[in-house]
Amino acid sequence: MSGSRTLAEVVPPAPGLPEVDQAPRGLWSRLWERSQTLLPTLVALLLLFGMLIYAEIAYGRVFHAGTISSLLVSFAPTIILAVGMTIVIISAGIDLSVGAVVAFSSVAGVMLMNLGWNGWVSIILMIGFGALFGLIAGVMIQYFNVQPFIATLAMMFLARGLASILSTTPVVAPEGSPLLLLATDWKLIDGPKVNDFTITPGLLIAIVVVVGAVFFMHRTRMGRTVYGIGGSESSAQLMGLPVAKTRVWIYIISGALAGLAGVVYTAEVGGKAQNVTGIGWELDAIAAVVIGGTLLTGGAGYVLGSIIGVFVIAALRLIITKDGTINPEYLTIITGAVLLAFVLLQRALTSRRKQ
Amino acid sequence: MKRLKTALRTPWFWGIVGIFLLLLVNTLKDPAYLAIGVNPTTGLLTGNLLDILRVSAPIILIALGMTFVIATEGIDLSVGSMMAVGGAVAMETLSNIGDPTSVGAMLTAIALAILLAVLLGAVNGVLVAVVGLQPFISTLVMMLAGRGIARVITGGQNTNATNEPFRQLANGQILGLPTSFVLAIVIVLLIALLMRRTALGLMIESIGINPHASRLAGIRPRPILIAVYVLSAGLAAVGGLFSVSEVMTVSVSGTGNQMELDAILAVVIGGTSLAGGKFSIFGSTVGALLIATLNKTVLFLGVPSAATPAFKALVIIALVLLQSERIRSWAFGRKPSARKPSGPERPAVGTGNPVTKEAVA
Repeated sequence: MSGSRTLAEVVPPAPGLPEVDQAPRGLWSRLWERSQTLLPTLVALLLLFGMLIYAEIAYGRVFHAGTISSLLVSFAPTIILAVGMTIVIISAGIDLSVGAVVAFSSVAGVMLMNLGWNGWVSIILMIGFGALFGLIAGVMIQYFNVQPFIATLAMMFLARGLASILSTTPVVAPEGSPLLLLATDWKLIDGPKVNDFTITPGLLIAIVVVVGAVFFMHRTRMGRTVYGIGGSESSAQLMGLPVAKTRVWIYIISGALAGLAGVVYTAEVGGKAQNVTGIGWELDAIAAVVIGGTLLTGGAGYVLGSIIGVFVIAALRLIITKDGTINPEYLTIITGAVLLAFVLLQRALTSRRKQ
Repeated sequence: MKRLKTALRTPWFWGIVGIFLLLLVNTLKDPAYLAIGVNPTTGLLTGNLLDILRVSAPIILIALGMTFVIATEGIDLSVGSMMAVGGAVAMETLSNIGDPTSVGAMLTAIALAILLAVLLGAVNGVLVAVVGLQPFISTLVMMLAGRGIARVITGGQNTNATNEPFRQLANGQILGLPTSFVLAIVIVLLIALLMRRTALGLMIESIGINPHASRLAGIRPRPILIAVYVLSAGLAAVGGLFSVSEVMTVSVSGTGNQMELDAILAVVIGGTSLAGGKFSIFGSTVGALLIATLNKTVLFLGVPSAATPAFKALVIIALVLLQSERIRSWAFGRKPSARKPSGPERPAVGTGNPVTKEAVA
């Protein structure tokens, strides 16, 4: 918690200085300043509620414990990925490897379980595999000046290829493996018929990850360094922030979270792991991060914003599946259009702020 | 010795070495790998080498377009989707015209495919140059939308068509070489002439090296940026035509899938820096050939084709490490070059590496 100490607390106030005016005027303008960086996130939030209300009116049974909870459970892996992606993007990087890492860690983990390894050890190893890919990418980026795009592209290829070498057919976790425990349904609210609010340990893990990431980004030194690197790397370096160490850790965290998403996803689908899992998930994660208001140029953004971004994507999918008349062909076009709209909004806001 | 050193430092030199190594591996596995025979029914030459050249044609084209985009410090993630769009338009047109021998039908299909791709490329260009979006994100949007557009064009079907002249694009031969490969090389040469004999190439490089300085030197970035994305999309559509003409079917989800990554890889192998600036058309072509050879080699060695990415990853990692200053200063004992005036990189001294002496000689 030491990271939260501000300069004002450390340095004793100099006597004889005029009191700084922190009257309501300052408060309001500061609020406005703040809400400007929050504006894209707020727009996303509005859009989310708009979509949900529209879906409720048009198709019904949306504000329905069963629907909401199953949506949350099925998007738990995406939430975990979006958290990792947010951290990477705030540092002005990108991680294209997450989808492929999900595939590798789930195939490798399930195969280890089938070889008779202890289930819990395998789960830890699944996360470890992800962290390892992240470590390689981070070292390439930091110490060999490889662009994040290329380094994580290489990891994406490597993870996908290795997963395919391990198995090109689905592998299924053995009966009674602890992995499957992660998909147990916990009924929190026992509603009438199927209207139950159920969560799974997988969703709980996602929530813990979100809370942990918010704490990490806002209350730890390393988290603040991430913002510093994204804002201006050379300034961060000159300020003596541990840029090199932090950057490598950023990618390790992102990789480990991808491994964790692999654990949660594999549990959710009943222990079945495939080498083709997770194709395009990195795009979902990037889209969620952008919709949630994080600048792709780094330095600004919030983990919680990205979670709203995930919900926007989830609501979009929900509407399209509930509607049924929308051609699935249009799904990618619509996703693209929403993404474009948010990027344009970001662009408009940042260019206004610069003026 | 000096010439050798220059060659060692030329990125595409390693690409050529890579191609020969892969061919060597294949020949070791099967001594008849390089043999070229004649197919008795069609009278055309057949052989693994010709196969490699044929599948390399689309990669050469998209890598060519990508080279210029990357040279302006951009990236075009939409080329794979553009291939699908081009292929979808062509197949849909051909199956609607329904004339299996008409050359006119082929030309119409090609023209429509390129036209639509050029329009979409212009959208990319405007988003990047006029609106000022990051190339990464605007072409990402186009990548998602393009795949959807291809689906809408064919109604979600994998349309197939019969048109003999069009089929000849990939399956015919000119002087024993696959038609598509010959056409791709002709296009590369034409564009290389355009870039190097006019100031266009220089302007593209200057935008990539320093946009502000080039602006002050009187280069207007917008038309050039738009042109670069239009060119990339158009070339990708032609690549898509080549790739669908091989089987005369467009697969809306499969055609050009992840080809943008192959294109980027080819450009990186060719030595064009992703940070923009100087580009090498020849290098990108070598890179595209290396990737085609790699794809075929992995298949030939009996590794499942889904595992190909792992080998590509090893190639990328080896190449970027070879190109990185740190490795070079270890290997060649050079001080991290003086090219980078900003940011005092840690000098290589103190690594305790005795190789350093060699460089002085």
